[in-house]
Amino acid sequence: MSVGTTDQVTSTLRVRPLRDARFTTLLAPTVLGVLTIGAWQLAIDAFHIDPFIVPSPGSIWSEFLDSRSSVWHGMVGTGRNALYGLLIGAVLGILGALLANAVRAVDLMALPIVAALSVVPIVALAPALYTMFGAAANTARVIVAALTVIIPVYLNTLRGLRQVKPVHRELMHVYAARPAFVARTVTLPTATPYVFTGLRIASSLAVISALIAEYFGGPVDGLGKAITTAAASSNYPLAWAFVLGSILLGLAFYVVTLVVELWVARHRGGT
Amino acid sequence: MTTELAVQARGLGRVFGARKGRDVVALDDIDLDIAPGEFVSLIGPSGCGKSTLLRIVADLDAPTSGSLSVFGKSAQQARLDQDYGIAFQQAGLLPWRSVAANVGLPLEVHGAGKRERDARVAELLDMVGLTDFARSYPDQLSGGMQQRVAIARALAESPRLLLMDEPFGALDEITRERMQAELVRICGESGAAVLFVTHSIPEAVFLSDRVVVMTPRPGRIVDIVDSRPVGGHRRDDDFRDAAEFFHTVARVRELLHAGPASHAVPAARGVENR
Repeated sequence: MSVGTTDQVTSTLRVRPLRDARFTTLLAPTVLGVLTIGAWQLAIDAFHIDPFIVPSPGSIWSEFLDSRSSVWHGMVGTGRNALYGLLIGAVLGILGALLANAVRAVDLMALPIVAALSVVPIVALAPALYTMFGAAANTARVIVAALTVIIPVYLNTLRGLRQVKPVHRELMHVYAARPAFVARTVTLPTATPYVFTGLRIASSLAVISALIAEYFGGPVDGLGKAITTAAASSNYPLAWAFVLGSILLGLAFYVVTLVVELWVARHRGGT
Repeated sequence: MTTELAVQARGLGRVFGARKGRDVVALDDIDLDIAPGEFVSLIGPSGCGKSTLLRIVADLDAPTSGSLSVFGKSAQQARLDQDYGIAFQQAGLLPWRSVAANVGLPLEVHGAGKRERDARVAELLDMVGLTDFARSYPDQLSGGMQQRVAIARALAESPRLLLMDEPFGALDEITRERMQAELVRICGESGAAVLFVTHSIPEAVFLSDRVVVMTPRPGRIVDIVDSRPVGGHRRDDDFRDAAEFFHTVARVRELLHAGPASHAVPAARGVENR
């Protein structure tokens, strides 16, 4: 799992405003999804595929409904770690970017470290962190999530801080505005949409890394642990039901940050 | 109003140091006076230094030789005292602020109270005809409307001098003519002196009391053409059709096309014969 490759981290993935969404933009992917699930179900019925290879969508869904309370429990466990990681990583990433923007030396020193960090599979640190903080605590998972989050937030915030238009900078010079006023009225508002782009990329990374970190040990709550346990006891539909829970959790994080991003960027069309 | 000149430039020069030792002379020996309330346009081809001259007056750039005073002060002091308002080719509005908040920005920088600010913003929006759009955001306005907001913003602190760097350059011809007519009215109401940079000869002639014709490499003033309407003309759409208007346009065009050759006649340097 390449959590945080350079591509993912640096791309700003421009999103289109919500008002551009059309019925057809929703219809096309929905049709594809329905067709895929239908074909999947048909293939399993037609070829009598065993559930340990691939369970049918129907059996996954009924297992999901039957064990929804434990799926929900797992989502809360993993979601909490991801959320803490996201918040801590976001604060550190933003503060780091503000510092790097203000002090050029910090930027130059941080550049190779950030580049190196962005290719390290941070979840690989999980086993070492479990030993450091004890296998009974969620600390290691939160740290893994936070570390994954820092990079895209840092890079996007830093980029945003540097997007101030020359015409705005000159205007502020003409007004002889104090640095604090410039920061409040121009620099920070310019950077804000970029910060939220970073957060949107980071939000799904936080869920993925918090979940994968569970594979390497730690307490038993959480979706990652539930998936490995169900698979180990040959309960494949249940394992897939937890996978479905993970997808929903990841989507929830993504959609919430996406909506916030769109709201923040709603008046960015003008000059 | 004092008799102090709005802008006084003497032997102003600006040389940009190029990397390979080849200096670029953007401005050379510029003498220019702008009286209070006078509308002066700078016109010339790209690279003639007209924008550089405006930027030096605005203290966004510094001259490498000569002297400049704005209302008898240094350009920096005039900037710190907010003696001028400025509008660029890009409206340069802050997209996250409403139209009213954009117009009030300079007032906010300089600590005007909320009530005072609101009153002045309402007055300015009325002047540029955008009262109904006070709560809109820049991305909801057309290019011409955005530029009107920028002009209102430039006028926010009732400056005695207005610096405009091709403010209508990005607008279509029809919007442009309407904006010119509005600018004439607004300047008449505010009584501010204007330094206006443009590429368009009719625009310069229509708006200005005097048109300063410049040539590039090095950036120099070729001549200064008096373009005040005479013979009872007012600066309105009829003036665009007047023979006198065409005559002045032709005169400016001639000077522009003649280029540096006409520079051989130093008597035509304008400032001296004021």
